Amino acid sequence: MLYLLQHYWWLLVSLLGSILVFLMFVQGGQSLLFGIVKSKEEKTLLINALGHKWELTFTTLVTFGGSIFASFPLYYSTSFGGAYWLWMSILFLFVVQAVSFEYRGKAGNLLGSRTYEIFLFLNGFFGSLLLGVAVGTFFTGGSFVMNKMNITNSIHPVISYWTNGWHGLDAIANPFNLLMGIVVYLAARTLGLLYVIKQIDLDSLVAKAKVQIKVTGVAFILGFVGLLIALFTMTGHSVSPENGVISAVKYKYFFNMAELIWPAIMLICGVLLVLYGIGTSLFSKGKFSFYITGGGGVLAVWSILICAAFNNTAFFVSTVDMQQSLTLYNSSSSEFTLKVMAYASLFIPFVIGYVIFVWRTLSKTKISDTDLDRPDAHKY
Amino acid sequence: MLLASLLGLSRLQFALTAMFHWLFVPLTIGLGFIIAIMETYYVRTGNEFWKRTTKFWMKIFAINFAIGVATGIILEFQFGTNWSNYSWFVGDIFGAPLAIEGIFAFFLETTFFAIMFFGWNKVSKNVHLLSTWLVAFGTVLSALWILVANAWMQYPVGMEFNPDTARNEMVDFWAVALSPIALNKFIHTVTNCFVVAAVAVTGISSWYLLKKREEEFARKSIRIASVFGLISLIVLIWSGDGSAYHVAKKQPMKLAAMEGLYRSQNGTPIVAFGILNPKKSISRLERDSLGFALQEPYLFNISIPKGLSLLVDRKSNTFVPGIEDIIQGGYTYINDLGEEVVALPVRERMKRGRIAIEALANYHKAKEVGDDHGKELSLIALKENFSHFGYGYIEKQTDIVPNVPLTFYAFRIMVILGGFFILLFSLAIYLERKGIIYKTRWFLVLSIISIPLVYICTQAGWIVAEVGRQPWTIQDLLTTGASLSGVSASSVMTTTIMFFVLFSVLLAAELTILFKVIHKGPAQ
Repeated sequence: MLYLLQHYWWLLVSLLGSILVFLMFVQGGQSLLFGIVKSKEEKTLLINALGHKWELTFTTLVTFGGSIFASFPLYYSTSFGGAYWLWMSILFLFVVQAVSFEYRGKAGNLLGSRTYEIFLFLNGFFGSLLLGVAVGTFFTGGSFVMNKMNITNSIHPVISYWTNGWHGLDAIANPFNLLMGIVVYLAARTLGLLYVIKQIDLDSLVAKAKVQIKVTGVAFILGFVGLLIALFTMTGHSVSPENGVISAVKYKYFFNMAELIWPAIMLICGVLLVLYGIGTSLFSKGKFSFYITGGGGVLAVWSILICAAFNNTAFFVSTVDMQQSLTLYNSSSSEFTLKVMAYASLFIPFVIGYVIFVWRTLSKTKISDTDLDRPDAHKY
Repeated sequence: MLLASLLGLSRLQFALTAMFHWLFVPLTIGLGFIIAIMETYYVRTGNEFWKRTTKFWMKIFAINFAIGVATGIILEFQFGTNWSNYSWFVGDIFGAPLAIEGIFAFFLETTFFAIMFFGWNKVSKNVHLLSTWLVAFGTVLSALWILVANAWMQYPVGMEFNPDTARNEMVDFWAVALSPIALNKFIHTVTNCFVVAAVAVTGISSWYLLKKREEEFARKSIRIASVFGLISLIVLIWSGDGSAYHVAKKQPMKLAAMEGLYRSQNGTPIVAFGILNPKKSISRLERDSLGFALQEPYLFNISIPKGLSLLVDRKSNTFVPGIEDIIQGGYTYINDLGEEVVALPVRERMKRGRIAIEALANYHKAKEVGDDHGKELSLIALKENFSHFGYGYIEKQTDIVPNVPLTFYAFRIMVILGGFFILLFSLAIYLERKGIIYKTRWFLVLSIISIPLVYICTQAGWIVAEVGRQPWTIQDLLTTGASLSGVSASSVMTTTIMFFVLFSVLLAAELTILFKVIHKGPAQ
């Protein structure tokens, strides 16, 4: 039962992670500021269109964090406490985002509109890049040591340490992590552009987004292919469910896909949908490109995250001592807790249901100047 | 020096973020309900006045909500970044409410927040009203789960220690979720939020009356806020009494610190007002128990005889232990099973805590070499002494005493201001009914001054709750020192400075934006 629950919760956490990547179209959209989005009118429309959704992305991030804490607390404590500066950087980038939408256009905002726009840009570019880098550590691991029994050392009871002074900044220097970060950023930017095309009623901006999507979309596809090649050729780490012994396995993630099959099908479907979605944006009005590409992205990211831990794979490898790596078996919450939360998770479809209802209600019409200037509008 | 240490800095950072977060959350929670009441008037009467009023307070709500979200995410991350040991040791229990909070409460708030602000002309009046109520409900629901988690830290229930995984594991979810301390804390905190919002609405409205602007808007806002505030305050005080009762049972040291009570007696008095003797230092107990005992705890105090006994046990002659009594043990009390037991001295608990920790280490050594008998013996020793586990990390017995002056004064500030707000709301209701509130200048000024006072009051409440429970993160089981991450003090100092600067700037921005919005008024 515990085995099943551990896998169920990894499925859910991965699903949340993949939905988060989709919803990071908000970050991708923010990264367009100072780039293709220049005039005051364009900025206002973009920020308002994104501003209607930013909290959903933020909430998904918080829930993603909370779910990992609840289901795999040893990962939470080892990664957050070890890769301190990586997570703190991500944190700062999201803190400045949270106030920027509401404060940017308000009189008396102290720092001036431009500062809040810079905050949004920084969150959009570096926030998505660094989150991607953090996700990359699911495959490349970290320089940590972990021993639960350190708790019995009453003078220094710390369970896990990062063994170098970089405290997570070293993760950015890893080429695979960096590539993951860049691909996540490009995915977010692609989705951001598709959202602009779908949701904003301003021809000049939409035309620019349509030109941009050719560059960003192609870069994203190339980056993603590169990432898949790197992922499938890299060495992963296998764990024995019987005795917990960990061993290095060449092409581990490729084998995970091949042996499990269904994540491979998800990945292929996901990639096809992404290609189709981007294609429709180039050759048609692109009314549904955002959802098709986003849906494909969710499937693809979900399958990759599943392969990080399923099929007896260590999902957070200690590069210092392989045997101290984290797996679904040694890092999860107890069977009881996972079961209680599994009952709570039955309400997730209901939550997704009302989120979709509200999303549809509010996204029926495109956002335009006249829409924002109505007396009833809450304008950012 | 504490502040130069990793522990001191980590505590400082957590206190800083929690206090900043708590500047915004109470207003969000309380205002959500006041807005929902106002919008209900609008939907029922169709009067555009109520829509305008609702929308003005919604503007204040949105500005405040954004910064509440910004400071909230930091708290969640900090459990991992700064308190990673804690995250593993109790993550099995503590993490679940956080995840449930995310799934149930945060999505509810966020989703319907969108309709509340962007849906005025996109949904029907009734759907909009429902959304506003759902946001209000969502804010309270998020408070519920985080307070369940917090209450569990003060009174760990529904769990067992698993020696194989070296952590506490949940065995009874409902014992955690429905613990009497959690329910009491929830009611106390949420009604406190209602009072904060009620004082803020009354104060801001009073400013308009003072400026002879927006009279109808201000008077009707005061009418709703003061009644809402007074009812909430009555529940708040009732739950505060319940809170003292629970603290006495589960955290006697916190109660002793709140009261500045060192040596006690049967029929313990309560200090209504007092000034502590700064020479009375608990650290002297280590050096010279006679010198310690000779110092009077107060320079000046007004006490109510037998008051504390009545407060915590409803009996006039109950013995409420003081700081020195708890350290030295020997008094009798009723435990969770209803048995009369003799309190152990802290030195003895430290000894037993070390036995528990050593037994856990021995259990693992025996497990590694396959020594079943050794495992069994270690388990027995661990089980017998587990209720003292955290004391094994305590270096000296006086370390279990929290900062007495801070807890003592914070408690009094909270209570005195709580009493003052009864007066404020009662006066507001009386003057408004008489129809003379707009010309009662002294009351309007008092009402404006009350806004900073209510924030001092609510912050003081958290100081009592959180400083008062030191040195524990989990009462009796894990110390703050043993909860830390393996990061350097300099890293934590750097992030603390960064947070402090960032928060100060954002707070200043929030306030100036709020002042501008208030200055413009609801007509804009």
